[in-house]
Amino acid sequence: MNIHEYQAKAILKNFGVPVPEGHVIYNSNSARDWAKRLGEGPWAVKAQIHAGGRGKGGGVKIAKTADEVKQFARNMIGMTLVTHQTGPEGKIVKRVLVEKGCNIADEFYLSFLVDRSTNKVTLMASAEGGMDIEEVAANTPEKIFFEVIDPTIGMTAFKARKVAFKLGFKIAQVKQAVPLFINLYRSFIETDCSLLEINPLVLTAEGQLLCLDAKLNIDDNALFRHLRIRDLRDYDEEDAHEIEASQYDLSYIALDGNIGCLVNGAGLAMATMDIIKHSGGEPANFLDVGGGATIERVTEAFKIILSDHKVKGILVNIFGGIMKCDVIATGIIEAAKQIGVTVPLVVRLEGTNVEKGKKMLAESGLNIIAADGMADAAEKIVAAVSDAGRVS
Amino acid sequence: MSILIDKNTRVITQGITGATGLFHAQGARDYGTQMVGGVTPGKGGTQIDGFPVFDTVEDAVKATGATASVIYVPPIGAADAMLEAVDAGIELVICITEGVPVLDMVKVKQYMQCREARLIGPNCPGVITPGACKIGIMPGYIHKPGPVGVVSRSGTLTYEAVWQLSCRDIGQTTCVGIGGDPVNGTDFVDCLKLFEADPETKAVIMIGEIGGDAEELAAEYVKEQMTKPVAAFIAGATAPSGKRMGHAGAIISGGKGDAASKKAFLSACGVSVAESPADIAAALLRIWTP
Repeated sequence: MNIHEYQAKAILKNFGVPVPEGHVIYNSNSARDWAKRLGEGPWAVKAQIHAGGRGKGGGVKIAKTADEVKQFARNMIGMTLVTHQTGPEGKIVKRVLVEKGCNIADEFYLSFLVDRSTNKVTLMASAEGGMDIEEVAANTPEKIFFEVIDPTIGMTAFKARKVAFKLGFKIAQVKQAVPLFINLYRSFIETDCSLLEINPLVLTAEGQLLCLDAKLNIDDNALFRHLRIRDLRDYDEEDAHEIEASQYDLSYIALDGNIGCLVNGAGLAMATMDIIKHSGGEPANFLDVGGGATIERVTEAFKIILSDHKVKGILVNIFGGIMKCDVIATGIIEAAKQIGVTVPLVVRLEGTNVEKGKKMLAESGLNIIAADGMADAAEKIVAAVSDAGRVS
Repeated sequence: MSILIDKNTRVITQGITGATGLFHAQGARDYGTQMVGGVTPGKGGTQIDGFPVFDTVEDAVKATGATASVIYVPPIGAADAMLEAVDAGIELVICITEGVPVLDMVKVKQYMQCREARLIGPNCPGVITPGACKIGIMPGYIHKPGPVGVVSRSGTLTYEAVWQLSCRDIGQTTCVGIGGDPVNGTDFVDCLKLFEADPETKAVIMIGEIGGDAEELAAEYVKEQMTKPVAAFIAGATAPSGKRMGHAGAIISGGKGDAASKKAFLSACGVSVAESPADIAAALLRIWTP
């Protein structure tokens, strides 16, 4: 789960990490007052959306006067901000962070993440701060340092010093970096992050280290033990269909094609998308109904797929293990009755109780195209969708 | 022969009094697996459908001589259940539970580092040696004994591959679901090593997904160490970057871990790569004759 910058900074502040003083506002009326309360200018006015690259899209401004703070906040709130991470449709800005500005002498990059190859938390750092770290990794990988952290002893002072010296810090900054890095690691562990990124970490003209931006990504699987963080979820940042799907324990991701997919299991769901493409079609979504799908969940899955008006046909691909094919068949029949599936529907069933499931579908009187195997199913749905396109 | 489990493997179920645990313990017993009991703290000394229940894994091991354990404990207690099994001397721990926090797995991996036990999963369907021993949630009847080893990050997609083999009358030595999480107990290379060393396994099918570099490491191993033919499929060619495709581990991040680069690398290392998920068995038969 992603959270906003201002929320991330509030969490880090609780762990003793230096962040700029700031306040989030939802309308520009209070902008001037908050700016003045934060003290002297300049101030930073930062649009709060989950995507990165906000600066280039006009979502980060430096204000010299309190009036400017208000002006920028008014311009930003309600604007559609397009960055390289939002996609062309952009995101509507609803919250703005007003922060006390600082004099930047130097910028650095710092992140903690779970490294899959070592199975440990790794600290990644670079003196190339403020830049897109993926570009740094691609062009000048030697400028990125890694420190693997032992889970039993955690972040140690000597590791923090090692990284600080590699970043070129003077001893005064190394002394600040040690508690800073240790506290960042504690924040990472104690809030179950999968990514904690500080870009940039700045050195101010006054010689202070400060986390000027902060991105925290929380492990969804660990939210059960972080109820306060779970409440920070911003539904405005998510696709409405994906939110609806998650309420029924369905894993759904909208794509650009016109063939809806309903599949059990994440791997098989991806493979179903792949074979549609392989057969010349385009998948409209990823949808995993999970292992214990009920009739209700299957019905909801159909509703969500059909709420995407691009969908011109649906492919159901079920390999029943725990999930019995007759249960799926009942779900399909119920869903079709309830919501009236008017687009072509190709169903491939395999696994437990397959004969019973196929028989139920055949006798249902519904216009279902039965398929044997994945290749047959993909070819049939692609043909049905292109036929439908020709007729209309 | 087979890898990891055979007809002599004695298995306990952690979380046996839960609906899921009991259902699959019964299914495994029906398949012929020696399901010798289970653990649910507080229910020690009772029986459930003929299975003796113990308070701790240690008690269960002492009483039953179990060497393998399968875990159906909810995410909140799953890591603890894995640690308990390892601590009690269980040799093979199979965790089916989906949704275990990744930092819990970091700790479990560290704990296991200097211990003999092997962990499969979490978030996996389990392990089956057809006709001999089934530990997990896979449908038993789609498998048949034979010469092909199967290792996979996925659940139902594994069934698909197994089914393609069985329909062609090609059986399997052992099928291992290693799970779809970013940090898991056993990886592709571990399984490939076991299959390479197993005299009955003549060929291997490997099913990967987008995300991480486990498939690339496996490809290097195949190229450098493996004498047996390997075919592979990588799911997620059409997955967009930055989106988690159901499994926590199936995500293309920073342009890394996409299907095209994985497939190209596998091919370059001598693995027969299926372009379509319908052709997984066919990809193996292109380079191997049963």
